[in-house]
Amino acid sequence: MKELICILCPNGCHLKVDDNLNVTGNTCIRGEAYAKKELTSPERTLTSTVRLEGSALRRLPVRTATDIPKGKLFEAMRELDTLCVQAPVRRGQVLIESIAGTGVALIATRDALV
Amino acid sequence: MKADVVVIGAGPAGLAAALAAHEGGAEKILILERAGEPGGILNQCIHNGFGLHRFGEELTGPEYAGRFIDKLEGTGIECRYDTMVLSISTDRVVTAINPRDGLFTVEAGAVILAMGCRERTRGAIGVPGDRPAGVFTAGAAQRYLNIEGYQVGKRAVILGSGDIGLIMARRMTLEGASVAACVELMPYSNGLNRNIVQCLNDYDIPLYLAHTVVQIIGRERLEAVVIAKVDENSRPIPGTEFRIDCDTLLLSVGLIPENELTRGAGIPIDPRTRGPEVYDNMETMAPGVFACGNVVHVHDLVDFVSAESERAGAAAAAFVKSGSPAGEELSLIPGDGLGYIVPQKLRKSANDGEVTLFFRVRRPCPKGEIVVTAGDRVILRKKRRHMTPGEMEHLPLKRELLRDVNEPITVTLVREEA
Repeated sequence: MKELICILCPNGCHLKVDDNLNVTGNTCIRGEAYAKKELTSPERTLTSTVRLEGSALRRLPVRTATDIPKGKLFEAMRELDTLCVQAPVRRGQVLIESIAGTGVALIATRDALV
Repeated sequence: MKADVVVIGAGPAGLAAALAAHEGGAEKILILERAGEPGGILNQCIHNGFGLHRFGEELTGPEYAGRFIDKLEGTGIECRYDTMVLSISTDRVVTAINPRDGLFTVEAGAVILAMGCRERTRGAIGVPGDRPAGVFTAGAAQRYLNIEGYQVGKRAVILGSGDIGLIMARRMTLEGASVAACVELMPYSNGLNRNIVQCLNDYDIPLYLAHTVVQIIGRERLEAVVIAKVDENSRPIPGTEFRIDCDTLLLSVGLIPENELTRGAGIPIDPRTRGPEVYDNMETMAPGVFACGNVVHVHDLVDFVSAESERAGAAAAAFVKSGSPAGEELSLIPGDGLGYIVPQKLRKSANDGEVTLFFRVRRPCPKGEIVVTAGDRVILRKKRRHMTPGEMEHLPLKRELLRDVNEPITVTLVREEA
């Protein structure tokens, strides 16, 4: 039996998972999927900033378009260190098609106009 | 100058309030903002988790703000940036200053206070020791890192397990610093569960509950902190001290609504929330002056700031047309187990529908019942689980239950064994 706290929403349901991956304590269907995934292949959204040129802003905030494997977070961070974005940029614009070989895009999370 | 509605602050509260005032038919709406752009604190909150309630998706702070900023276009809402409001009066004259217009006053039909909150500092909690560089509030460090692009240190200790501190623990770790510990005075965390899991557990950062920093050591730059266990009265226990070498101490020890303008106008402040007392329509005790967001009570989720601010904006537009709503007043009193209730007062209304009460429990409560009483009469009971001071509780109350009520309403928490 493993206990974990669901992080999908602020309710923070206290989940219990047995050895056969049966989940209890969840109040929505997403909690069950989360618990199974968390114990087999955990994933996280990565948020950070990258260098920005041609704008009054110094840094451009970015995120992965969806979750990436937890084990890839630091590799992805190293890849961001090499990136320099030129303004103008729009919120949601794809900056890297596949970050750290995950197949997941890196997108800008705000507008940075010239 | 004159305006129908003047909004003070262009953070999430001010933006949502201004847009709702526009929807409600207010014509000339003016937002006065101290910073150079809209968005407020969301601009530096680059992490995700915003908007789950409102948009059904997990946005970052800048994305959440961006959705509201986009909506300003075409509304005719005027924003003046780099503008500091110096005072407001209860007859709704706003005095402000900026480099372009100099000193100016605006006669407002309605005023919406949306100034947000600020962080408690080392001075507020009185940590003894040296005064070296390297001691920051978590939000200041967040700004240096996320907006200015500077790593604030290489080895950090976080004092306080508030959400900003937890978020910064992860952020500094991802940027290559090591975070040695998160230290919390209380025997429980004040942060959201999800942040404990995602920001500390994910990176094996230890959380010391019922501990505090008792000494700060360093001449020029911070060199170490001394940590000790505390007793049930939050006093350090002699003999439990241990030292952690670090160059950075981040303080995440609470937020205080920023109400200098409110106090200056003589508008009553609730000592529990440190924000203005408000009615159910977010009107303060000064007619036509409304307040919303963290200036009223510190929220943990921006989604609820937006919802509250939209009520304030709609009510401000209604005030411009027809004044404050009529109706007998009832007081709301936080009873045993509750830290505060917002709103502090409500007006009985012929309309049915609901009024939502917002409050925090004083201590974690795994299982309990929220009991609403008026005089000797219980008007509502609601069982609830997993209540903690770090997460704001919402209680919808049907107005029809209030029809025969004339006494103050008390809300108490009755604990049950889990």
